[in-house]
Amino acid sequence: MDLKKLINKQYTAGFITEIESEQVPKGLNEDIIKLISKKKNEPDFMLQFRLKAYRHWLTMKEPAWANISYPSINYQDIIYFSAPKTKQAKNLSEIDPKLLETYEKLGIPLHERAALSGIAIDAVFDSISVATTFKEKLKEHGVIFCSFSEAVQNYPELIKKYLGRVVPYSDNFFACLNAAVFTDGSFCYIPKGVRCPMELSTYFRINALATGQFERTLIIAEPDSHVSYLEGCTAPMRDENQLHAAVVELIALDNAQIKYSTVQNWYPGDQNGVGGIYNFVTKRGLCLGKHSKISWTQIETGSSITWKYPSVVLQGDYSSGEFYSVALTNLHQQADTGTKMLHFGKNTSSVIISKGISTSYGKNTYRGQVYVAPNAHNAKNRTQCDSLLLSDTCSAHTFPKIEIKNNTANIEHEATTSKISEEQLFYCSQRGINFEDAISLIVNGFCKQVFKKLPLEFAVEAQKLLEVSLEGSVG
Amino acid sequence: MKKHTHQPLLEIKDLTVTYINNSQPEKSGKTILEDLNLIINSGETHVIMGPNGAGKSTLANVLAKHPDYKIINGYIKYLGEDLVNHTPELCAQQGMFLSFQNPVAIPGVSNMQFLKTSLNTIKKFKGEKALDAIDFLNLIKQKIKSLNITEEFLYRSINDDFSGGEKKRNEILQLMLLQPTLAILDEIDSGLDIDALKLIANSIKSVKTSHNAILLITHYQRILKYIQPDVVHILTNKKISLSGDHTLADKLEAEGYSWLHSPPI
Repeated sequence: MDLKKLINKQYTAGFITEIESEQVPKGLNEDIIKLISKKKNEPDFMLQFRLKAYRHWLTMKEPAWANISYPSINYQDIIYFSAPKTKQAKNLSEIDPKLLETYEKLGIPLHERAALSGIAIDAVFDSISVATTFKEKLKEHGVIFCSFSEAVQNYPELIKKYLGRVVPYSDNFFACLNAAVFTDGSFCYIPKGVRCPMELSTYFRINALATGQFERTLIIAEPDSHVSYLEGCTAPMRDENQLHAAVVELIALDNAQIKYSTVQNWYPGDQNGVGGIYNFVTKRGLCLGKHSKISWTQIETGSSITWKYPSVVLQGDYSSGEFYSVALTNLHQQADTGTKMLHFGKNTSSVIISKGISTSYGKNTYRGQVYVAPNAHNAKNRTQCDSLLLSDTCSAHTFPKIEIKNNTANIEHEATTSKISEEQLFYCSQRGINFEDAISLIVNGFCKQVFKKLPLEFAVEAQKLLEVSLEGSVG
Repeated sequence: MKKHTHQPLLEIKDLTVTYINNSQPEKSGKTILEDLNLIINSGETHVIMGPNGAGKSTLANVLAKHPDYKIINGYIKYLGEDLVNHTPELCAQQGMFLSFQNPVAIPGVSNMQFLKTSLNTIKKFKGEKALDAIDFLNLIKQKIKSLNITEEFLYRSINDDFSGGEKKRNEILQLMLLQPTLAILDEIDSGLDIDALKLIANSIKSVKTSHNAILLITHYQRILKYIQPDVVHILTNKKISLSGDHTLADKLEAEGYSWLHSPPI
């Protein structure tokens, strides 16, 4: 059995779109922030929010607690705003064909007649949203789905009310940077009693050289509403590292449900660990209402560094939070990811299922926190962390933190680390199944609990992505 | 007219094998089969019996080309081809099937998915059309009926939390599905109650034709009440030390192995 196949990872989304772009000068200062805000024609409260964040950020230090290593980031060497130089498209037919082609190539057709049925897409290209599909159709149901910039113009009251509500500008170093410079992202508002008729989705694409992408997503689910949202991310192959520092805030009111799924496939860097995206992301959901539910599902296969902890604040009584994660680290990728489940309300419950797969020189860390506040009676949490190691040079680490201040809590924690056994491989091969198919079968089996939480179309996509990401990387 | 020479389905000649596994240094390098000879023709059923640790299961694994075993002398010819450079998957694709004594679990991989992948890979190798989900479901439903297996069983993770009997039945289900040319059944009868034994023996008989062969490895002659072997072999001291007809099994049952005067292993 030839275990030592060459690492030959195919990153199919690594192309560059040749398009002229309008950029602000490199570097970060108050003038740049004012310039960004002006370009976006923002109301004053937005500029004030940004400046407050920026001034606070200057007092902060980059966190050093994560189990990752990278050369220090020069924040003055980044372009904070880059937008394709095309006139603002009022509708889909006015979009630059080059942009349409880019998304087409990525398998995300933006023409509604060709679009994936049942999925509305907001396409974010570098610093701006270039198109949002099915906007009108969604409006018929009262659902607002648009770019963040549009929301600032059209629904300033909602933005004022909720911006920074779940992730305050001062939350952490990267969230604070994002609050100062974020350029676009998606905004979703599901009115009371509405079950969103389509999947909502944002596709993030980094294209321009030396730019960072700083987007912000805000989803508000009014009482008794229901929404499923998915994000996808890709970037060209470049030798320089690029920074992606996003913030996502979710708010679920009484009986509302938000299901948020991510398939993250940022460029992971090459075989020697050169290039790739630095992905420092803050995602948090607030179960504000009674019986509300927020569920995070993430498939993390890309980025050279992943630093993210999609969390749920369980404030409403009987609210529940879920976190399902598959993180793959191949090549020289490093992932420090996990979740926080913060129980404040009574009778709240949470589930954490984390599957880490490491191969080649990958370094995979699960970091989680379960907190039960003094008044959070009858809180329940079940955590399961499994790691699968596919090479002798990779590593898996687990840092669970459990803090219980109420003795009615019921907390379970389970963790395993395993390798694919020779006997499993021999069993598969004795049934005619070749080595690569056997690995993919076994790895998919390992991830099944998480994959089955994804919307169907994306479950298939995630499975394929994992196969591509693992190609020839076992040995 | 040129005389057609008869070619055995399996021919093992002066076979010597050592165990190689770097993670088991104390066992690695040991000779485990020595000068072993065996011929099996199409249409035949053979039985290998022998004391514990004689190398019966080892022989099964060697035939299936388990990577821990190295042939250092002699050869194995299957369908006229020397297996020295065969991978395990190639052996399987060419119709060799090994049922495992204690098949390993693969969590999260449904029995259905595993069986379908296996059957379709082998079909593809033979140049046949792969079965789609519906055709496969129809086929497998037929097979499980005769084995008293419920449909729910197909959706469980393969061998994961299966009882001993369920594991054996699942191995036989695969045998029936894959229709191999050479079926090597390693202790398929152990740990079964009498009804299950009967069911499994009858299922084995149902796949038997004049074009395939069965090599049964067992400790007990009780399964031989249902499956009449053409040849019974005794494996002691790393080789086939005695072969005979089915009466040999009766003698073993009555007298044990001591009359063979084999040195202890």
